[in-house]
Amino acid sequence: MITLTINQQPYQIEADPDMPLLWALRDLIGLTGTKYGCGVAQCGACVVHLNGEAVRSCVTKLSRAAGQKIVTIEGLSKNNDHPLQLAWNEVSVPQCGYCHSGQLMSAAVLLRENPNPTDQDIDNAMAGNICRCGTYPRIRKAIHLAAELQKKEGEAK
Amino acid sequence: MKISRRHFIKSTGTAGFALWLGLSAKGLPQKHTAGSALQHFSPFIRIEANGKITIYNTKPEMGQGTFQSFPSLIAEELEVTLDQVTILQSNGEKELGTGQRAGGSASIRTSYLAMRKVGAAAREVLILAAANKWNVTPESCYADRAKVIHKPSNKSFTYGALVEDASKLELPKEPKLKDPKNFNILGKSSKRPDVPLKTCGKAEFGIDVRLPEMLYALVVRCPVIGGTLKTFDAKEALKVPGVKKVAAVERIVGKYHYTGVAIIADSYWNALQGRKKLRVQWDTKGYETFNSVEYEAQLRKLGDEEGLTDKNIGSVETAQILPENELEAFYETPMIAHHTLEPMNCVAQIKDNKLEIWTSTQVPSSVTGTGANDLHKYVGFTPENIKLHAKFIGGGFGRRLYMDYIIEAVNVARLTDKPVKVIWSREETTQQGPFRPMTFSKMKAGFSTAGKLMTFQHKVISPSYFESFQADYDQSKVDSIMVEGIGEQAYEVPNLKTTYVRAECHVPVAAWRSVTSSTLAFAHECFIDELAYKAGKDPMNFRLELLSKPSDSKKVLLKLKELSSWDTPLPQGTGRGVAIWDFFAGLCGQVVEVSHHKDKSITIDRVIALIDLGEVVNPDNVKNQVEGSIIMGLTAAIKPGITFKNGEVAEHNFYDNPLLRIHESPKIEVHILADGGKIKGVGEPGLPPFAPALANAIFAATGTRFRKMPFQLKTE
Ligand code: FES
Ligand code: FES
Repeated sequence: MITLTINQQPYQIEADPDMPLLWALRDLIGLTGTKYGCGVAQCGACVVHLNGEAVRSCVTKLSRAAGQKIVTIEGLSKNNDHPLQLAWNEVSVPQCGYCHSGQLMSAAVLLRENPNPTDQDIDNAMAGNICRCGTYPRIRKAIHLAAELQKKEGEAK
Repeated sequence: MKISRRHFIKSTGTAGFALWLGLSAKGLPQKHTAGSALQHFSPFIRIEANGKITIYNTKPEMGQGTFQSFPSLIAEELEVTLDQVTILQSNGEKELGTGQRAGGSASIRTSYLAMRKVGAAAREVLILAAANKWNVTPESCYADRAKVIHKPSNKSFTYGALVEDASKLELPKEPKLKDPKNFNILGKSSKRPDVPLKTCGKAEFGIDVRLPEMLYALVVRCPVIGGTLKTFDAKEALKVPGVKKVAAVERIVGKYHYTGVAIIADSYWNALQGRKKLRVQWDTKGYETFNSVEYEAQLRKLGDEEGLTDKNIGSVETAQILPENELEAFYETPMIAHHTLEPMNCVAQIKDNKLEIWTSTQVPSSVTGTGANDLHKYVGFTPENIKLHAKFIGGGFGRRLYMDYIIEAVNVARLTDKPVKVIWSREETTQQGPFRPMTFSKMKAGFSTAGKLMTFQHKVISPSYFESFQADYDQSKVDSIMVEGIGEQAYEVPNLKTTYVRAECHVPVAAWRSVTSSTLAFAHECFIDELAYKAGKDPMNFRLELLSKPSDSKKVLLKLKELSSWDTPLPQGTGRGVAIWDFFAGLCGQVVEVSHHKDKSITIDRVIALIDLGEVVNPDNVKNQVEGSIIMGLTAAIKPGITFKNGEVAEHNFYDNPLLRIHESPKIEVHILADGGKIKGVGEPGLPPFAPALANAIFAATGTRFRKMPFQLKTE
């Protein structure tokens, strides 16, 4: 039995400790927001947070994830209102949308670590996330907007 | 706007499809469903007595925005706001017609008027119903935000309150369409309702479908394309915990039938473990000698053949051209994979002789249809016994026009009575095709002694698209797909000849975003540039000189010249390139600016695109599409394609078949021309002109001419 804490909920699953977290999330637990794109740490569609760090769940074994704090796209905010989600909606970033769970999870770590990212910072932080539909210009724009929203949120508090 | 993807409620009355066909037949409102006060004004619209309005979107959503743009056409004329309607994705229901497909950038350009008429007809009967109730003339009433209002008295009825009366009236055959001046939705940028679902993980793609008792499967396919299954030994695989069954299954793509070995397990992970233990022997039948290097050499040699004539205007043979006034060039492009980020997948279940399918597909109508090439023909179920649940598509680009992955999943589903989800790995998606075919182009042109362009020839050497689909393909005819667009550019050349040389190929090929224009525009528009330099003319002005008559191409180039400040000189080491492409999907022109650096690297400073649309539904979405097309075009221009070594695809995954990433993506400016002219498509036209505009800019900056894709962004 493996215990996972996902979006602050405990889950008990019966699975091979070598199984990647990705498939446990999707197939065993039913959190399908985290996507499979390549399985070999190349595309970023599967990015989740493990103790606050962005990790690729397709290469993160359950043995490593057990007992740690995991956040998936479903837990990024309660009401789809993380500054990044608001910005993504404002800028209409997604096309097919398949990559964007991973894009948002990568961007969330960037924005936490660097509340004022430059284009260069964004390129560095987001280069691990592929978007086949080519929404990169909008991802850049939306991260800048999210940084502003985050600042306003901070001032309001 | 609320979104629900519940099943389509079957309407039972008169075929409302007639309405869709231009309102010719009696488009009577659909029969009243007893007791539910539910009215179908046409299969596309449902209005309930409680005021709930539903519009069906029949164009699968793959990122192109039809989930909103298609219903917008109806909503505009129905006089409802998008917040007042629920959009439902259709699932190939017969009532909604055979046009439930997304491809060819066709969704809006082919439905613009028809769907507006559907909305307008419903609006008119609602107004008539209200007028009858008040005993006033319909002319004294108008519709606004789901209400009919009597102008003089300001009395109003909600649509919900009118549905019962309206359902007894006949729908008008020629409803009056709104004056575009009064549009509230069309032509205005607005938020797409699928976006919020895609920022919180709630959008359900095919690969996300989960059903009670569902099993998972993968299929081991022959690494050498064309090979057949000899034997397999599943003994060890079946010992892997969770593995339930191992069996041979067939996949059909075009004329090709392939047999692979399916492993069914209780999870995809366990199926992958089973795969490690499976022993399979293939008969590669001589296909193991197939290599891209040799194949490409053959294509080059085929360039010497005369080929089949496609377009032939004037006579390139008899035009008097001096040898020094002639120019020839040879262009090459690679095979490439679609690489939708959502890999191929499909859930299927067979129960009581009925087939149920949950998947991402561009062609719902082909899955449930009765046509000769529809799914029923390949799987042996009658169309009435096939039920589809169409899901959001994690990228189409043409790949999901083909049902091979669905056919294969149905064959896997025959092995169990439970629903089973077949998932392709990225490697399988990279290696198994179908692929965009390569095209090689032999170009030749000549000037008169006075410097006028007299002849232009474009010979395409490539595998045949149609041959990949038709076992009885007629080799004596030109494959029209493989010469797409090259005979139809607006340039005025007195003697034009386009020809096709078919190359033998055993690898399945497919349409890929913008189809053959994605490669032919590169050769065609780069060669035009070469001719401009040979003539000693500015490439923009050279093109405009070839466009003396009014045309959409001329209009676009003139505007592009202005938008890009073409006549403002650029500093040393930088350059500008232009290209334009007019084809079945639409028309777009682009100017690219590049810099050449001391270390010989090249960077793209700016891309200016102008897309010609006639009418625009959601300008912001159009811009997103053109940006995406340019990035996909850049990927195809500079990233490696698919190559074969010893019969196998040499590339595996994104590490050796990379896609463009954010740090490589250039600044893009998109402009839209919507001047009421011919309605053109959105999803593809931004792609073909990019690679030639880039290569032309590189030549302007560096003097180096790239004639082979992919090329690197640096000079020797
Ligand atoms: S699926 Fe994990 S990085 Fe691609
Ligand atoms: S939006 Fe389709 S892959 Fe990014």
